Amino acid sequence: MGVEAMEQRKRIHPNKFTMWVAIASITMMFAGLTSAYIVKRSQPSWTSFEMPVIFWYSTGVMLLSSLAIHFSLRAFRERNRVKYRQLITLTAILGLVFVVLQWIGFKQIWATGIQFSGAGGGQFLYIIAGLHGLHVIGGVIALIILFFKAYSTRFRNYNPVPVEVMSTYWHFVDLLWIYLMVFFMLLQ
Amino acid sequence: MSQEVNLHEHAGAMTTHEVHHDEHHGHHHKETFITKYVFSQDHKMIAKQFLITGIVWAIIGGLFSVLFRLQLGFPNETFPWLENILGKWAAGGKIHPEFYYALTTMHGTVLVFFVLTAGLSGTFSNFLIPLQVGARDMASPFMNMLSYWFFFVASIVMISSLFVQTGPASGGWTVYPPLSALGDASEGSKIGMDLWLIAMALFVVNSLLGSLNYISTILNMRTKGMSMTRMPLTIWALFFTAVLGVLSFPVLLSGFILLLFDRHAGTSFYLSDIFLASTQKALPNEGGSAILYQHLFWFLGHPEVYIIILPTMGLVSDVMSANARKPIFGYMAMVGSMFAIAVLAFLVWAHHMFVTGLNPFLGAFFVLLTLLIAVPSAIKVFNWITTLWRGNLRFTPGMLFSIGFVSLFISGGLTGIFLGNSTLDIHLHDTYFVIAHFHIVMGVSAFFGMFAGLYHWFPKMYGRYMNNTMAYIHFWITLVGAYLIFWPMHYQGLAGVPRRYLDFSGWTSFNQFDGLNRFISIVTMMVFAVQLLFVFNFFYSIFKGRKVRTQNPWGATTLEWTTPINPGHGNWEGEIPEVHRWAYDYGKDGRDFIPQTEPISASESPESKH
Ligand code: HEM
Ligand SMILES: [Cu+2]
Repeated sequence: MGVEAMEQRKRIHPNKFTMWVAIASITMMFAGLTSAYIVKRSQPSWTSFEMPVIFWYSTGVMLLSSLAIHFSLRAFRERNRVKYRQLITLTAILGLVFVVLQWIGFKQIWATGIQFSGAGGGQFLYIIAGLHGLHVIGGVIALIILFFKAYSTRFRNYNPVPVEVMSTYWHFVDLLWIYLMVFFMLLQ
Repeated sequence: MSQEVNLHEHAGAMTTHEVHHDEHHGHHHKETFITKYVFSQDHKMIAKQFLITGIVWAIIGGLFSVLFRLQLGFPNETFPWLENILGKWAAGGKIHPEFYYALTTMHGTVLVFFVLTAGLSGTFSNFLIPLQVGARDMASPFMNMLSYWFFFVASIVMISSLFVQTGPASGGWTVYPPLSALGDASEGSKIGMDLWLIAMALFVVNSLLGSLNYISTILNMRTKGMSMTRMPLTIWALFFTAVLGVLSFPVLLSGFILLLFDRHAGTSFYLSDIFLASTQKALPNEGGSAILYQHLFWFLGHPEVYIIILPTMGLVSDVMSANARKPIFGYMAMVGSMFAIAVLAFLVWAHHMFVTGLNPFLGAFFVLLTLLIAVPSAIKVFNWITTLWRGNLRFTPGMLFSIGFVSLFISGGLTGIFLGNSTLDIHLHDTYFVIAHFHIVMGVSAFFGMFAGLYHWFPKMYGRYMNNTMAYIHFWITLVGAYLIFWPMHYQGLAGVPRRYLDFSGWTSFNQFDGLNRFISIVTMMVFAVQLLFVFNFFYSIFKGRKVRTQNPWGATTLEWTTPINPGHGNWEGEIPEVHRWAYDYGKDGRDFIPQTEPISASESPESKH
C-alpha cells in the first residue's frame, strides 16, 4: 500500500520540504511569543532579569551538538555506520545535557526571586525557553528512534532522507536558541 | 498496487458499516476493518472521516443556535420540555443565563473551528488534493491519519466539556481574558475553560499536521505535466488555506499557552488591576494587558476567516465552470487575488480591535489595509459572474449552491466595508450588524460552498448520487431562510442592539424588535430542519442512492474523474495519467470539454491566454 513516490516528479524530497514548512510554523510561534514580550515590555511594572551564566554553557553545548549531528550525517553518507551511531548518540546526549543545564538555569533565576507572580520578563523566559526545551526534547526522542533504527538488523537502510531531515531540525532548534539568547540579551 | 474496489458503501469511521460486495471484486489484500475504516491511511477514507465528524459537529453546533434563538425569540415564555433534556441548565423551562452564554460560545467555537475549518478543509483537502494533482496519496499518509486522530481527540475533549458540573466555556468564541482567565469570574471560566483550551490545542496540532501535508503534497507530488498554472483553482485555494493555517495557528497556540499560565500559575500576561465582585477580592496581578491577548488571538482570528472561505472559493470556481460549460473567467486573476487575500489576511487583524483603545493613528493603517481586501474580493466576484455570463448553465444542486455562494458573498462583503471604517465601527462594533456581516459572508457562504462541493463530488466519494429533489428543497429553503434570518439583523445592529445579550425586554427602545426576533427564531428552526433533510439525504444516498455508471458523470476536465468509479487506495489502477492542458477546456473548438489528460492536437486552437 505504499505511495509510489518514485513515480512523482519532484525537486526536493517531500519529507524535507515538510520539515521546512514545519520550521516556518514553529518560527511563527516563537515570533508570536517574542512580539508579546516586546508589547508587554512597555506596560507598567515591567521588571527585567539577569540571564544566568549557565545559559552560556548550554549555548555551547547546543553548538557542539549541532556539530555532532553534522558529522554524523556525513558519516552516514559515507556508510560508516559505527561512527554514525556514535555521533547521533553523542548528539542526543548533548541535547539532554542542554535540557538539564536549562533546568538548572531556571532554578537559579527562580531562586533570585524572579517567579511567575509579578509582571516581569522572567515569566516570559520560563515559558519561551521552556517551549524551546520541549522542542529539543522532541528532537532527542526522534534521535533515539533513529538510533534504534540504525541497530535494526532486519533492514539495511541507506536512505539518507530521515537523517537529513533530523539534522535540519536539529540545526533549527540550535539557531532558535541562539536567536532567543540574543533577543533576551538585547531586550533586557 | 493494492486495489480495493468496494470503497463506496460505508459511512466513515464512526458509524456502523455495511459493506456490500457487489460489482467488481478486486484482488483483496489483507485489510482488516480497523485498517480500512478506522486507522486508515488512505486520503479518501480520512476525508470521509473528517466529513462525517464534521457533520456530527454541525448538527450539534446548529442545535445550540436553535436553543439560544428560542430564548431570544420567546424571552417571556417557558418550555418545560427543555428542563427534561437539559436539566438544571433550563430549570423551570427557561434557559439559564450561564447556559445561554455557554451555548453561544460553543456554537461559535464548534462551527468556526470544528465544522468550517476541520470539517471543510479536512474533507476537501484530503479528498481532492491527491486526486486532482495526480498523486497516489498524501506526502505522508501517516501524518495525515494522525491529523484526523488529533481532531477526533480534540472533539472528545470539547464534547466532554459539555458534561462537567460547571458547564463548558462561556466567554464567547474569542475567549477574551480577563473573563476567561479567572475561574472565579464565571461558571464557564472554571474547568470548562481548561477543557476548551486543551481541545483547541489538540485542534491546532490537527490543523498543523494536515496543512503541512497539503502543502508538501501540492508542491511536490504533482503528476507529470501538472504545472502549477495547470492546477484547478480548488487546489490553489486549498494551498493558500494551508499556508495561512501553518503560519497563524501557532500564534494562537502561543496566546493560549500564556492564558493557561495566567489561569494556573499566577502570571500576569493579560491581567492587571482587577477587583473581582464574586469573591470581593482585589487580585495581585499587575502590568498585564488584555489587549495583548486580542492581538495574539486576532492574528490567527482574521486569517482564520479566510481559512474558512478560501477553500469554498476554490470549490465554487470549479463547480461553476464545469456546470456553465465555460472556462473559468480570469484564471490568473483568480490565483492572484487569492494570493493577495492570503497576504492581506495577515495585515488586517486589528480591525477587530478598533474600539479597544487601539491607537487611532495605527487604526487608520488598518482601515486602509482592510478596505484593500475589497479589491481582490471584488475581482473574484466579477470573475464568477462573468463565468456565468452566457454560459450553458446546468442547474445541478452543486451549481445552485455555487450561485448562492456568490450572492451571499457579495451581500456580506459589502457590510464588511461599513465595518472596516473605524469611525463607523464605533457605532457598529459588538452589535447585531457584525453578527449579520460575518454570518452571511462567512458562515452561510462557506456552508453554501461546502454544499456545492459535497453535491458535486459525492458521486466520486461514494459511487452514488444524492437525491436531487431533496437537494433542491434544501437549497431554496436554506437560501431564502438565511437571508430572512440575517438580513433583518443589519437593521437591529444599526439601531444599536448589542450582540451577546440574553434578554432585551428591559430595554424599551428595542421592544420594537420583539416581533422580528420571534420571526427570526421561527425561520431558524425551519432552516435547521432542512439541514436535517440534507443529513438524511447524505446518509440515505451513501447506501441507497442511484449508482454512478459512468466514470465522468459531470463531463468535467479534472483528473479525479479519470479514476475508476470506486477508486482503491492508490487512486489509479495503472500509471498515473499525464496532464497536457489546464483544467478549464470547456466548449473549446466545438467540443463540450477536453479532459486534462488529452494531448494538445496539432489542429487545436492555441491555448487560451489565461
Ligand atoms: C470586504 C471584506 C471585509 C471587510 C472589509 C471586513 C471587515 C470586518 C470588520 C471591520 C470586522 C469587525 C467588526 C467589529 O467587530 O466591530 C469584521 C468582523 C468579522 N468578519 Fe469581516 N470583513 C470582510 C470580509 C469578511 C470575510 C470574507 C469573512 C469570512 C469569510 C469575514 C468574517 C468576519 C468575522 C467572523 C467577523 C466577526 C468576528 C467576531 O467578532 O466574532 N469578514 N469584518
Ligand atoms: Cu477580520
